[in-house]
Parts: sequence; structure tokens; C-alpha cells
Amino acid sequence: MEPIRLNFPVEGGDLIGAGEASSKMKLALKKLDLPPEVIRRCSICMYEGEINMVIHADGGRAEVEIHMDHITIRMVDSGPGIPNVEQAMEPGFSTAGDVARDLGFGAGMGLPNMRRYSDEMTIDTAVGVGTTVTMRINL
Amino acid sequence: MKLREIRDILNATVLWGEDRLDTEVRSACGSDFMSDVLAYVKDQGLLLTGLVNPQVIRTADMMDMKCVVFVRGKCPDQAIVDLAAERGIVVMTSPQRMYTACGLLYASGIRGE
Repeated sequence: MEPIRLNFPVEGGDLIGAGEASSKMKLALKKLDLPPEVIRRCSICMYEGEINMVIHADGGRAEVEIHMDHITIRMVDSGPGIPNVEQAMEPGFSTAGDVARDLGFGAGMGLPNMRRYSDEMTIDTAVGVGTTVTMRINL
Repeated sequence: MKLREIRDILNATVLWGEDRLDTEVRSACGSDFMSDVLAYVKDQGLLLTGLVNPQVIRTADMMDMKCVVFVRGKCPDQAIVDLAAERGIVVMTSPQRMYTACGLLYASGIRGE
């Protein structure tokens, strides 16, 4: 069966408004009557990804696929890329500025949280080209 | 515990959701770091925070929380209250500091998880 595909643009530059795409995805998943725990995990993964995208990459897009046995969330941006992925994955490591910190983010927990709540996560990144984070959440 | 009792314990003012104070919550989370809140998925129904911005409401929404209490008498602007109302999240403000607010609720039986 063909998966259900949803696309959500993520606006850059507006950290106060960030999270709108994740809210919309959450509503869409609720309408599909998926288990609340799965919806919550997907929401957190995408929300952290969205915040990261606004902080570091001036926005991008989220592609969500709902399959029979899993959900894939792909966060795609054309930002600066991650020079050292291993370091970026360390809880507490952050290059975010004061604006992000003032909003309660930028404490180096985004990627670790995304990994924690997904069953699989891969990061494809190239400096100067962009980053794609793909997360799989099993149903 | 009902949100009504939490309001009374914290001497809080309800900014939105007066008609939802019979909602039950069993556990709570107190933090100004939203990523910390997001790091611990349990069934916390209540978020206490001293941070005032729309991301607090969005974080509570992602976590399926029922209520946000702003401590130290902090008062969110109408846009933040409206965002919470759209999502059905009760909003209160309490004059208590974070440590005291958490302590009062813990002593009344609300746990961390």
C-alpha cells in the first residue's frame, strides 16, 4: 500500500513562531487515529528538528510518510551543515546563540532527544550544502 | 489531583480554562529548559515554568500536557494565552517561586513521573 505523504514547510528566522509545522503534523496524525504514544514521539522528534532548523538553517521542510508499520520524518534543510556529527550528538554540546537559549532551547539536547524518541535516526550532512535528518518511528 | 486543587495550593490565578478545572493530573514537571521537558516523556499533566514565550505552550502541547503554570507571578501575553486556548491547555499564574511551587505540589502528592 502507498504511504500517506505529508509535507510541511518550516519558516526560517522566526524562533518565536517555530513549532507551527509540528503542531500541524500532530493534528494530522491525530486524525489518522494513531496511538497517542506514537503521536507524542513523532511530535517531539519533529518539534526538536524544527527548532534546530530555525536556529541553525533558516528553515527548510519536513516530509512525513505514514506507512503501515512505521512513520518516517525527514527534516531537510539547505543550511550550513554539521561539521562534526559525533560532537553534535553529544548531550549538552551546542552552538546555538542567546536567542535560542532565552526560549528554553539551545542546551544541546535537540539531536539527543530526536535519537531517543525515534527507533532509527540517520544524519546526512555536508558543510555548506545542508542537512537531512531522517527518523523512523515504528508503529 | 484536580487542577482546581492545584490552583488553590499554588494560590494561582486561572488565565484560561476555568471550565476545565476538574481535569485530573497525577504528575508534574518544573523547568525553564524546554528540551529538558521534552527529554522525559511520561504522563506529566502539568508544566511549571518561569519562562514566558509561545514555545512553552508548544512544548506542553507536544507532551499532551493539560496545564501550564507560570511561576514567580509571571504573566503571559494574550497571544500566548490564545495559543494555549486553541490547544485546550489550561493556563495559570502563581506568585510562588519555582522551588516553593514544586515543593508544595510534591508535598500534596504530585510526583515527577
